[in-house]
Amino acid sequence: MSKVMVVTSGKGGVGKTTSSASLGAALAQAGQNVVLVDFDVGLRNLDLVMGAERRVVFDLVNVVQGDAKLPQALIRDKRVETLYLLPASQTRDKDALTEEGVGRVIAELRERFDWIVCDSPAGIEKGAQLAMRFADIAVVVTNPEVSSVRDSDRIIGMLDSKTLRAETGERLEKHLLLTRYDAARATKGEMMKVEDILEILAIPLLGIVAESPDVLTASNVGSPVTLHNPASAAARSYTDAARRLMGESVAINTPAEKRGLMSRLFGRKAAAA
Amino acid sequence: MSILNFFSRNRSSAPVAKDRLQLLLAHERVLSGRPDLAAVLQKEILAVIAKHIPIDQDKVVVKLDRGAKVSTLEIDIEMPDEVIAQG
Repeated sequence: MSKVMVVTSGKGGVGKTTSSASLGAALAQAGQNVVLVDFDVGLRNLDLVMGAERRVVFDLVNVVQGDAKLPQALIRDKRVETLYLLPASQTRDKDALTEEGVGRVIAELRERFDWIVCDSPAGIEKGAQLAMRFADIAVVVTNPEVSSVRDSDRIIGMLDSKTLRAETGERLEKHLLLTRYDAARATKGEMMKVEDILEILAIPLLGIVAESPDVLTASNVGSPVTLHNPASAAARSYTDAARRLMGESVAINTPAEKRGLMSRLFGRKAAAA
Repeated sequence: MSILNFFSRNRSSAPVAKDRLQLLLAHERVLSGRPDLAAVLQKEILAVIAKHIPIDQDKVVVKLDRGAKVSTLEIDIEMPDEVIAQG
């Protein structure tokens, strides 16, 4: 059964594209057939983060408008053979996407892939609404910071009202992915605690990704961190999150400044989805 | 992975990022405001070929590789033997 998963946040710069690439790659590395769909029409970047920017010929808008067939627009990853990218258009206007057209493309993707990962644009406008419209699962990417948490709350409200599943009364799985977590500042009490964010947003935790130079390095060279540096803490967080998405039960550990005995003992257990 | 690699990895990725961006942006600045060149080329090339032989649009594979000095546009069109025989 194919699953459509939107990676969304409301706020920009929290790590949607990085997380889409890393989660998608981790799922593909686990043998799943995955396509990453960039919904950020006009400001695409998933191609760059995936290192496929030189190979983009056709895009989502071409397929929606019938200028290209879906197989012509799909770019196969050179490192993981079950991983594909459907890029966003760079030059056309945002009205190029229609709900009917996106629905058609998603239905076609469902026939070929286990996971359709939709990388949402920032904001709450049409692009973000179309990215979440057909989702079965939502990953809400949040930073431990007040404006990000507020925007995530807004997006959760939209997931509960504007998606097809919400309108037809079906359950939409929602998960919180906490990114750019700074263990040192959390210890000093300068950063919101994981518990506080979970209490406010009230959706289950999918994972915590620590702020890490490895993520920047991976973006620089055009590779998801799970492929570029699989042993890094960030890659392991994403790989564990992907395993949870596949239904495995993997304990969530809060990244610690020094991984002492206490933090190992008090690792957080994943909330049931 | 060697120890040398381990220490040089973080430092050496920024120049890679710069090179990739310069190449990408050089193409995007030229193309901005113009219709998608690859799409236009594909459409016109296929129209010329379609005058002579029937083409199954689903069997057309288009690949592009943008380079610093030269980009290659590769268009694979499947031609069944009976079509060639008729031509």
